[in-house]
Amino acid sequence: MAVKDFIRERFFPHIWCPGCGHGIVLNSLLRAVESLGMSKNEIVMVSGIGCSSRISGYLDFHTLHTIHGRALAFATGVKLSRPELNLIVPMGDGDALAIGGNHFIHAARRNIDLTAIVMNNRIYGMTGGQFSPLSGCGVMATTAPFATVDAGFDVVELARAAGATFVARSTAYHVQQLTKLLRDAILHEGFSVVEVLTQCPTYFGRRNKMGGAVEMLKWFKENTTPVGSKAKAENPALIERGIFVQKEMPEYCKAYDQVIERAQKGKK
Amino acid sequence: MVETQTKPKLKEHRINRAWCKGCGICVAFCPKQVLELDDQDKAVAARPEDCIACKLCELRCPDLAIEIITE
Repeated sequence: MAVKDFIRERFFPHIWCPGCGHGIVLNSLLRAVESLGMSKNEIVMVSGIGCSSRISGYLDFHTLHTIHGRALAFATGVKLSRPELNLIVPMGDGDALAIGGNHFIHAARRNIDLTAIVMNNRIYGMTGGQFSPLSGCGVMATTAPFATVDAGFDVVELARAAGATFVARSTAYHVQQLTKLLRDAILHEGFSVVEVLTQCPTYFGRRNKMGGAVEMLKWFKENTTPVGSKAKAENPALIERGIFVQKEMPEYCKAYDQVIERAQKGKK
Repeated sequence: MVETQTKPKLKEHRINRAWCKGCGICVAFCPKQVLELDDQDKAVAARPEDCIACKLCELRCPDLAIEIITE
């Protein structure tokens, strides 16, 4: 199937600003799904609220556009009732870790077979550029005109500590790596998290004088390095990308099936 | 006989002008400087003869507006 067969063309051109990184994530996701050879009927996209969450409307899978921060809760329900389907949950940084912070850590703890994509542009774009829990310290935002004083979460460390069994990070610049990581995450049995650093030229870029989409992508190129590289040892400020966690643990739906089996024993 | 792997050869750049928003990502990251923005800020293949069909423009386009057709 061609990439275009997976989108709802009637909604294009999409709503995102020129140069928005979310479009690049959409592009990579389409290619990851195409390479897996899955049918559209095997995939369910569940998203919450925000610029990033609009992605589900553009894709021609089963899609649920739910409430802010609660995409993982809805996805958990879908997965438990139809465990044969592949659940992909794209979220923004605020949606996943501020409003949906609790759902995020508990989905990771349960190790339920969902693929969470955190599209991290370090800002609330749709509502006008407020800072998020991933903005980090010293960032200019509508709600921080003299720069933020809050430290940001490290999504990788948070997901690892909460019990996610697949954790990876890439950027909107590294599209080939991103496609591969999304593919690996969908194939992984258990809770997978892929953090994607994406650019918001309209709010984050403009307020922080980082230039437009092109300059922000160059920043991703220059300030990230493959996980465990020599460059990271020499310059700890670099952000690592690649696979951080990949392990096998009992998956929630399978474990729950065993509970049902135990409960029904001797009653049939 | 040695088996030779032929590189994909460009047939055309299919650019959807209605979807292109002129962000310039394809222009900036083309390794061969094939693309340009025209006077309406839409991507055009100004030097298609230099294209090596690496498809990086297609993969990085946030608007799914560019497609590399190979022979």
